[in-house]
Amino acid sequence: MTFSPRSAMSAARELLPKDARVFQILFLALLLTTGVLLRDFSLHPLQVALAFAAGLATQAFWLKRLGLGQRGFLSAIVTCCGLSLLLRSDTLWAHPLAATLAMSSKFVLRIHGKHLYNPANLGVIAAITLLPGTWVSPGQWGNDLALAVWLLMLGTIVTTRARRLDISWVFLGAFLGLVALRIVLLGQSWAIWWHQLGNGALLLFTFFMISDPMTIPNRRGPRIAYALIVAAAAIGWQYLLFRPNALIWALFLATPLVPLLDRLFAGEGFSWRGPEPAGSIPLRACATSGIPSTAVAEGWPAPARSATTASSSFPALPSLTSDAPSSRRAQPAARCR
Amino acid sequence: MPYPTIRAAWLFVAVAFLLFIAFASAPASAFCGFYVGKADAKLFNEASQVILVRDANRTVISMRNDFQGDLSEFALVVPVPAVLQKSQIHIGDPKTFERIDAYSAPRLAEYFDPNPCDVSRRERQMGAMNAAPASIAKELDSKKDKALGVTVEARYTVGEYDIAILSATESNGLEKWLRLEGYRIPSGASKALRPYIRQNLKFFVARVNLAEQAKTGFTYLRPLQFAFESERFMLPVRLGMLNAKGPQDLVVYALTRNGRVETTNYRTVKLPANVELPTYTRAEFGKFYKALFETQSKREDYRVVWTEYFWDMAWCDPCAADPLSPEELKGAGVFWLGGDEPAIGVAPGTAPPIASPRTGSGAQPVMLTRLHLRYTPETLPEDLMFQETQDRQNFQARYVLRHAWKGDAGACDAAPRYFDEVAKRREREAQTLANLTGWDLNQIRAQMNIAAAPKTMWWERLWK
Repeated sequence: MTFSPRSAMSAARELLPKDARVFQILFLALLLTTGVLLRDFSLHPLQVALAFAAGLATQAFWLKRLGLGQRGFLSAIVTCCGLSLLLRSDTLWAHPLAATLAMSSKFVLRIHGKHLYNPANLGVIAAITLLPGTWVSPGQWGNDLALAVWLLMLGTIVTTRARRLDISWVFLGAFLGLVALRIVLLGQSWAIWWHQLGNGALLLFTFFMISDPMTIPNRRGPRIAYALIVAAAAIGWQYLLFRPNALIWALFLATPLVPLLDRLFAGEGFSWRGPEPAGSIPLRACATSGIPSTAVAEGWPAPARSATTASSSFPALPSLTSDAPSSRRAQPAARCR
Repeated sequence: MPYPTIRAAWLFVAVAFLLFIAFASAPASAFCGFYVGKADAKLFNEASQVILVRDANRTVISMRNDFQGDLSEFALVVPVPAVLQKSQIHIGDPKTFERIDAYSAPRLAEYFDPNPCDVSRRERQMGAMNAAPASIAKELDSKKDKALGVTVEARYTVGEYDIAILSATESNGLEKWLRLEGYRIPSGASKALRPYIRQNLKFFVARVNLAEQAKTGFTYLRPLQFAFESERFMLPVRLGMLNAKGPQDLVVYALTRNGRVETTNYRTVKLPANVELPTYTRAEFGKFYKALFETQSKREDYRVVWTEYFWDMAWCDPCAADPLSPEELKGAGVFWLGGDEPAIGVAPGTAPPIASPRTGSGAQPVMLTRLHLRYTPETLPEDLMFQETQDRQNFQARYVLRHAWKGDAGACDAAPRYFDEVAKRREREAQTLANLTGWDLNQIRAQMNIAAAPKTMWWERLWK
């Protein structure tokens, strides 16, 4: 048996989890700990515990109810981490309620086999608009460039793994570009640009929320357009309407565009388990031929468009935490034939 | 792959819910102890003080001018969102600042340890403690104004101030105009003015009308107040940095209806508080608080806005000063107190040490957030933007002194153990003080008359 550095590298890569969410959970947990210990987050440990309890229980409830069995809890953990990082409350019940709403939205608000909203984003917006005693502290991370570099690095690992790096960089570039434009137009100091670049909340949003591959357009072109729209909406919210929490509001308001963009530009859906194995029929070719790449099963709340190949109880759940091999990948190929 | 079953998940929820019940039903612990001192804004010589009253887009700003020099040199330039009418400008009472400062100042509370030998008496005591716990003289040629791109939208004399509301198209022109008008403004002002001009903001410029000032009979300048409507919940602080020498202090008293106020573009952090300090700090609480504030700000590189106080203004516990009366709140700019509504708070001088929350009245709440920041032009590149949160959890920068029981170590079996605990506590207090203020630990110990705690090995405790 021969040894080469390349084979060692690939062996090491094999050992690492393929699912980007594992990294995401690790980094979010790290950030949550950092926030609580070093950034004085006004977060009670019980709020985190209750958010997780409610989020996981809701996921379990819906999996059982819809007969989805072994689909796992990774996404639920990611969402609960996100809610704990973002949402602040002076009560104990706001976090679990927001987690329940967020996780339920994944199973209820679905269009064309994809859940519509990023669950953490929806949970936070629902909480701050509907629940008393809740708020978001956009300044909680501060504007520390050292922290920013860490966030940038960790975020890049996750988004690279999730193969959706483009949306993060385009969004960040567009947002900071618009901030720069404003600085030039108003004749402000460039220190403001650096202040914005060091904003922990901006980077966390860029690499851990807008990059959620399940709630963004499937194809690259629309995805980039979507990033630009969210960036412009956030700038408008912040500097024209002078309202706080521009990023999460911009994402929330722009999300309904995703199914529209997916419909106009059909493309390959996302799977957390990694890219297609070599030799599989390219989905892009199939998608560009105009056949939707996602299928929806009977009994699923979303409109059953092109539900022709539904053979298993739940064939097409690209947006779920599909830990079992997805049957979805085979379907468009079958249709292509 | 093993996953938690639904049953396991529900069990998890059930446990969490029980914890929730246990937590929620815990009695709210009231602060007890006796208020002994405060560290108000007077400690910080360079501190500017602003009262910021805000509800929806209605805003009332009061600015206290602690101007020390020649009154003819005083100039105030504030960007405002629209041309203010004379009725939107008012002269406030400096006492309002003093009252609100005294009410919200960091405070010291003091406790006396009970006799450890008398358990039942201690319980009674604990129970008892819980129960009580410038007219611009000449008219300028309007042609000249136009050439400089400056439009004088309005001129008023309000109290001792001559006020002009300006709009400008060009920052160099505005700087020149202000100089020609005799305003002493620092060099480099035009660069700082430019972003505000380009945002179409107007400028509220004030200087002292010496004749009117003489009529008032006061030796100081009274606060200027102005009321306006704006979507922007912010304070333009950048202009104030132009002539800054070293770090500056700003104390913002934000009065809102719903909850705590925080900054959205900087970190807002509660000051370390509710810790026990050596009892000798009683005599030098002001010095302690100054050192604490400086050390903490420096540790955060002057990039943090500190919360010193957040409380419903109807009460306090312990009270550094009586809550403000409805008239005083109105004087501070609070506009949502209906005239026919029941009184908020208690009139000065009549409040008990711990005023209790209003119950069942139709009075609308007034929440006070006291924010304090020390900054330099480098650490505060952007004006302060605020938001009102829904947070209603009270907070105060409160520091605690605990006096030991002055009894005999041989009084009873419990006494030696008590004195052991006191020794440990005093060492802890010394370390806390050193950590908060950056003072030398050995000097603190010397002042407390305690030696450094000898390190006891585990086996010594084993065969003791």
